Amino acid sequence: MSSILKIVLQRLGLGLVTLFVVSIVIFVAVNLLPGDFAEAILGQGATPESVAKIREDLGLDQPMITRYFTWLKGMLTLDLGTSFAQLNFANFGGAGTTTIAEQIAPRLSNTMFLAAVTAAIAVPLAVTLGILAALYRNTAFDKAANMFTLSSISSPEFFMAYVLILFLAVLNPIFPSLSNIFDGMPFSERLEKSMLPALTLTLVVTAHMMRMTRAAIINLLASPYIEMARLKGLSPMRVIVKHALPNALAPIINVIALNLAYLITGVVVVEVVFVYPGIGQLFVDSVKIRDIPVVQACCLIFAAAYILLNLTADILSILSNPRLRHPK
Amino acid sequence: MSNLLTIRGLKIEGRSDETWNPIINGVDLNLKKGEVLGLIGESGAGKSTIGLAAMGYTRDGVRISEGTVEFDGIDLVRASAAVKRGLLGKRIAYVAQSAAASFNPAHKLIDQHTEAPVQHGVDNRASSVEDGIELYRKLRLPNPDEIGFRYPHQVSGGQLQRAMTAMAMSCRPDLIIFDEPTTALDVTTQIEVLASIREIVEEFDTAAIYITHDLAVVAQMADTIKVLLRGDEVEEADTRTMLSSPKEDYTKSLWAVRAFERPAKPAVSTGAVPVVSVRNVTAAYGTTDVLHDVSFDMHAGRTVAVVGESGSGKSTTARCITGLLPPRIGEIAFDGEVLPADYRKRSKDQLRQAQMIYQMADTALNPRKTIGQIIGRPVQFYGGLTGSARRARVNELLEQIELEPSQYFNRLPSELSGGQKQRIGIARALAAEPKFIICDEVTSALDQLVAEGILRLLGELQDKLGLSYMFITHDLATVKAIADEVVVMKDGKVIEQGPKLDMFTPPHHAYTDLLLSSVPEMDPDWLTNLLQERGVDNIGDAAVDKM
Repeated sequence: MSSILKIVLQRLGLGLVTLFVVSIVIFVAVNLLPGDFAEAILGQGATPESVAKIREDLGLDQPMITRYFTWLKGMLTLDLGTSFAQLNFANFGGAGTTTIAEQIAPRLSNTMFLAAVTAAIAVPLAVTLGILAALYRNTAFDKAANMFTLSSISSPEFFMAYVLILFLAVLNPIFPSLSNIFDGMPFSERLEKSMLPALTLTLVVTAHMMRMTRAAIINLLASPYIEMARLKGLSPMRVIVKHALPNALAPIINVIALNLAYLITGVVVVEVVFVYPGIGQLFVDSVKIRDIPVVQACCLIFAAAYILLNLTADILSILSNPRLRHPK
Repeated sequence: MSNLLTIRGLKIEGRSDETWNPIINGVDLNLKKGEVLGLIGESGAGKSTIGLAAMGYTRDGVRISEGTVEFDGIDLVRASAAVKRGLLGKRIAYVAQSAAASFNPAHKLIDQHTEAPVQHGVDNRASSVEDGIELYRKLRLPNPDEIGFRYPHQVSGGQLQRAMTAMAMSCRPDLIIFDEPTTALDVTTQIEVLASIREIVEEFDTAAIYITHDLAVVAQMADTIKVLLRGDEVEEADTRTMLSSPKEDYTKSLWAVRAFERPAKPAVSTGAVPVVSVRNVTAAYGTTDVLHDVSFDMHAGRTVAVVGESGSGKSTTARCITGLLPPRIGEIAFDGEVLPADYRKRSKDQLRQAQMIYQMADTALNPRKTIGQIIGRPVQFYGGLTGSARRARVNELLEQIELEPSQYFNRLPSELSGGQKQRIGIARALAAEPKFIICDEVTSALDQLVAEGILRLLGELQDKLGLSYMFITHDLATVKAIADEVVVMKDGKVIEQGPKLDMFTPPHHAYTDLLLSSVPEMDPDWLTNLLQERGVDNIGDAAVDKM
């Protein structure tokens, strides 16, 4: 077990280094965005003096390196800072400021909820379809499953979303077409409201996972131990589930992790279509008004999600290998 | 008594590029209850294909086109998949060549053992586990109570092969197909597995088809032997008749290979400077020493066979000589002059003098280069020849290895047979005009007749060019055929060394003796006698461990 612990710690260390590098890239990239917050917020009334005043207030007149380290220090102490937009409202007598953390937290938890609902539907569906496609390979079922998942991944997300709205909300009003969930909503209602975006995302992510499951299993079917399983008179289903699948887990887990990361970071379009208050919308809105601290915090959260999920996938792949679990 | 298994007019075809080509051209086979039939032949003879067909099974791209395979009154060729599944594992079982590859790496041995009885409803899991442990004990596996609860990678090859035999026995089948079960094992391990298989097959009165290319092995195991050649039966007879008086020329040629031996050379004159001298070499992978104070000399025009089981340090010694693994202590001398330890520090001429021929000709030749390019490259690199001079030299080398230059110059390795590929490997080594060649298990992947051809060729080249060979092998028949001197290695140490004649005449070092006496002989009573002599608990690994 100690060797596994060592590998995990190594990967964790590497993940932190990656996150640090990513933080530099994010900071530089965001600062390269054309335009700035002061000009964006003042609009036509932007006199050089008022622009300079706001820039000074927000610390935007400091050199980039100083600003980076201030920001990094904030991140390390889990202080995500305060949104420019919020600051501004405070100056104009708004209802007090909320920190970025307070702003992001509900959005992020909404996004996680949607991702979890989608994963709960998509992962079992994709793996089962993949197993069945491998079992009935080159039959009509296999071809149909491949064609259906491929067409759904090949259509734009908003198109799939509108198709689902048409069939499941307009023609057959089963699910609501608006997913405007809010705090304190009971779980069942939340689930119902999230159903259409979750189904849309399921259609988007299933193809990859299913095709990888199918390919990874079929890849093993020529192995001597699979032949041995067949020669023991086992049913084809058992041969695949008991003998091929456990050895095919590593690539499948990796593709699942990649798709889960996508569910957290890449669902803006679906959120917009269903008016779902996730982190994707917050991110896009913040870019529009050059609210740099929010953009940076979102980017860093996305990066951390990617790194963490890939790390989890690596660890699970290692655990699926008996050679590493049980050294000689 | 009626037959348990009757095969009539079996024809099998294999697909290549959309056309079906015959693999088996009408073979008949009869097997009674409790009888053991040996199927013997070279690779491509169709032994395994027939063995699998006897279970009603064909691999992908292979089909049974004609004939019947009748097991206990059921025609397996026409039976439904469900009917066959009901028989496989329960009444007909299979033991594969490589147990390491045929056990599922994801499950413990005992879980794989109990699978067939539980799935076929023969037994429940708990009592099947007990039975498994009992079988492990019968097959003399170490720690029978615990070994089943390990994963395949935690168990050695010979032990896995016995665990697989136990697994085949789990439902007490009427018939077991053994497909080359000992081919991948060392001689001392092989003997143990052979004894276990024979004992358990006798005890449960199981019928068996024993597939192998090794005559001496089949002589120990089978009641009847059937010889196959390219999908046709050559002849069949009971074991003793077949060994003492084979009828067909092909069978006789198989038997004759074992008698091949090069005449021994006179002793080396005292004071001669050895071509290569390994002096007190200790070498390590990482921090673990794998060679301990290894010393021996190799003289011009002579062959030194380095013998030992897997893991004994034979190939590591070769890596030290070629400079791929610089020794930790000790040195390598060439013509009396000490070579730099690391090959990167050796001159081109020093590199040229020592060449290598590899075990797997398949992987040692670049599949994208033509034969002309493969041999031409060292001709140009070491000899500096280009254009027509290079071409002429390549042709000359092809003639030396008895391949017609005009036919082979533009071929790719994939268009050659195994033996021809190994000849190309020899030509590539010769292209550098070396004095010394390391032959690393060069015949172990080849059929006996082809291997003999390669050994003869190497012998002729040695006589003509005065080459000295370091011949790494675990096969003592090969040693007997070509060696002048023998070095026996075990656990990274030289156990014994000397001229071949001395080595093959007693008294030996105990380990050499064990190695020699473990090589199966053509006498059908050999294994029985040996077991009596040594006692069942004192063979194979057990005997090695006691040293």
